[in-house]
Amino acid sequence: MPRLIRMDPTGHSTLAEWTVDDDTAYAEAVAAFRREIRIGHIATVPEGPGKATHVRELPRGAALVILRRPIAGG
Amino acid sequence: MEAGSLPELAGVPWRERASPALLARRGRLWTAYTVAHVVPFVCVAALLVALEPLSAPVALAALAHAWIIPELYAFRGANTAKPRRGPAHAAEPVAQGLLGDLLGHHERALQRETGLALERGALGVWLVGQQGALLVTAGGRRIHCFCVRVAEPDLPPSDRTAHLLLALREDEQGFATVANHAFSGAPWRVRRRLPSAMRRALDAARARAS
Repeated sequence: MPRLIRMDPTGHSTLAEWTVDDDTAYAEAVAAFRREIRIGHIATVPEGPGKATHVRELPRGAALVILRRPIAGG
Repeated sequence: MEAGSLPELAGVPWRERASPALLARRGRLWTAYTVAHVVPFVCVAALLVALEPLSAPVALAALAHAWIIPELYAFRGANTAKPRRGPAHAAEPVAQGLLGDLLGHHERALQRETGLALERGALGVWLVGQQGALLVTAGGRRIHCFCVRVAEPDLPPSDRTAHLLLALREDEQGFATVANHAFSGAPWRVRRRLPSAMRRALDAARARAS
């Protein structure tokens, strides 16, 4: 089942789960996704070893979408 | 900003995008910088002893400078890989699980043993830590040290590494652009400043890069 998770001080939190066929669950996931993006999170879809893609909209078919905070030079 | 590039690049528009050529140029500059620090002090020491053998203590002080200054730079490079100090984080096992899911079997075992996540990229072989990353290039003969972090004080250590790893995977060159370049030189200069577990990770990265 596709999941939207956020890395946070608890390790990570699952914000939403949906299935490709469930429009209501996906709409709720999109709302949660947009809320987190508005407050500065960055969304990434891991795509196997060595690959990840930054996304600006919640992909319906992605197995896992991870929300992270921005990085900066230390 | 290019499509697919790291969003954080918007915060550093003045920086030239990292590339193999840029890293090679930086490497040569670091070598020249090191030579410029060492050679004058060694020459002064030799000249002092040649002119007046009794000035040997002053010559030794000059040699100490020639040794200490490059060491301090290497120390700064090694520090980018070292973990943050502090008490154990209660959520670390959860964060460790997520980070482990992002890594392959060998890389997961290495990360748990050494604290550094090994990642092969187009620029070289990376070792990603909690507040920085090491990049081994040139067939394992050069290391670049980058200081980069996530500005969230309460994250567990493995989440910090996962943040950097995901950003690196999104856009490797963008990651190397956003990160602050802290050091470049021979890997042995950094290796001896690392904790023993991290040395094993560096050895693995050098083997993978060669």
